[in-house]
Amino acid sequence: MRLPRGGARFVFGFLALPVLLYLVFMIGPYLQAFYLAFTDWRGVSASPHFNGIDNFVKLFKDEVFWKAVTHHLVLLVALPLITLVIGLFFAFLLNMGGGTKGVRGSKFYQAVFFFPQVLAVAVIGVLFQAMYRPDKAGVLNGLLDALGLPSVGWLTNPNLALWSLIAVLVWQSVGFYVVLFAAGMASIPQEVIEAAELDGCSKARMFFQVTLPLLWDTVQVAWVYLGIAAFDGFALVATLSVDRGGPDGATTVLPLEIWRNAFTFSKYGYASSMGVALFILSLTFAVLTLRVTRRERIEY
Amino acid sequence: MSVTLDPPVERPTPAPARRRVNRGGNPVLSGLSHLALVIWAGTVILPILWTFLASFKTNTQIFTQPLGLPSSIHWDSWGRAWDKANIGRYLFNSVLVVGLSTAGTMLLGAMAAYVLARFSFRGSRFLYVMFVSGMVFPVFLALVPLFFVVRNLGLLDTYTGLILVYIAYSLPFTVFFLTAFFRTLPSQIAEAAIIDGASHTRTFFQIMVPMAKPGLISITIFNVIGQWNQYLLPIVLLSGNVQDKWVLTQGIANISTNAGYQADWPGLFAALSMTIIPALVIYLIFQRQIQAGLTSGAIK
Repeated sequence: MRLPRGGARFVFGFLALPVLLYLVFMIGPYLQAFYLAFTDWRGVSASPHFNGIDNFVKLFKDEVFWKAVTHHLVLLVALPLITLVIGLFFAFLLNMGGGTKGVRGSKFYQAVFFFPQVLAVAVIGVLFQAMYRPDKAGVLNGLLDALGLPSVGWLTNPNLALWSLIAVLVWQSVGFYVVLFAAGMASIPQEVIEAAELDGCSKARMFFQVTLPLLWDTVQVAWVYLGIAAFDGFALVATLSVDRGGPDGATTVLPLEIWRNAFTFSKYGYASSMGVALFILSLTFAVLTLRVTRRERIEY
Repeated sequence: MSVTLDPPVERPTPAPARRRVNRGGNPVLSGLSHLALVIWAGTVILPILWTFLASFKTNTQIFTQPLGLPSSIHWDSWGRAWDKANIGRYLFNSVLVVGLSTAGTMLLGAMAAYVLARFSFRGSRFLYVMFVSGMVFPVFLALVPLFFVVRNLGLLDTYTGLILVYIAYSLPFTVFFLTAFFRTLPSQIAEAAIIDGASHTRTFFQIMVPMAKPGLISITIFNVIGQWNQYLLPIVLLSGNVQDKWVLTQGIANISTNAGYQADWPGLFAALSMTIIPALVIYLIFQRQIQAGLTSGAIK
């Protein structure tokens, strides 16, 4: 619609408040972050002091920074892979290939699987503290004890801690992707599935050669979502891990280090340079994913 | 009920024998898939159920028999969580903040989206891209400057500050989704209303908003859950000294830290249960809408 009479005032009236809020609380801070990243500001002096690329030189020598980056890379590979495999597996079981109403209880399973998605990560972190307690009072170690096995330091063993956190992230997100994929599979035309069955297609082959290719767009979206989640992890690490990111930095992530440097150490400039690094990492991921996963769309 | 019956052959097909082999399914395979589904349902339900049960136990019981059932029901931990640990207060605060901020997000988001979807003027494309680009920036990049923007406006430790920030950070997705939604609605009705002499504002509120109801509901649910579960922004913007203003996620994380010192584990689990139960009840009532709302971002 072109602007009709009285339209300009209306357009301005409707946009003024959202745009103002957005500029003040979002665009402004994002732009300032790039500036603060090149200062050694500690919040005391009136105007930040410019110190060039010092923060980034320091960052590249910072052992904790590299630990956090490594953890993001682990998360980036493990989180989408595990979640998507389990999610696709359950969605396939629930739909038996696609185009059908699914197995008995399909709606019930989807409802149960999805529930953790509506809980706050902070709440889930506290919940899993009880599951992961290192002594026999922990639920998992209690189970191991009942089986006569020794206790495991789920969160205290530095080699295991990150994986224990990944398990919780998978636990929370699987249901979301089961529902997403099940909806996608249900929209695959029944004739396609029947035709494959008539040709004697096995269930496994059906999955890889019929269901998965037809679901590829949704899988791609899911990959991007989980990839973005791999660059966060703040709430879970802050509420579940030992010493927030421990033991000894074994589970730390950049968001947590940004928060710690800013609000515990008051190193605002340094924290901002970490923010810029995080931004570059996630942007690289986004661009690479778009490049790699682009392929012909299957029409049906 | 019999599950081993062969499915009826609905219509003559060229190869009924082969068809039966595949469609009837292998009972072993079908049993195994049900087992897998039951196991995952268990991993979702049991930790939550364990938390409910643990809230009725005594401290000693939690530590000596983590897997046992409570010997008798102790409701006193629920009383302590409600009064002493302030769960009631935190719940109220969360409802207040999320109620106001979601209402604000929907009002401002719908206004901006409507104008951007229906009117073309100089800069409209730019404004749309500006809003939508907010979806790709990690919030941690803006964290430090955001804190100072809010502080300099004198809004630190106030609900106004938190609510305005929630609105600003919910706008990108809200505007993105609703712009697409408004574009799918027919424009003739609104045009007819304008010709009949209705103002643009009246047309928006009395004609367009009711027409856009399905999209508005999806996005409202998306925003309510996202803002309800927010942990980072409250701990940065409602810091230490205003404990009576804290929201639920902050409160739970803090109770969990204190439970160790005060040795009140049943109290912690009662607090967790009180956090999970409202979410569970609302989820059970609005399950379909919640699943649709949360997955709406992934299905285009």
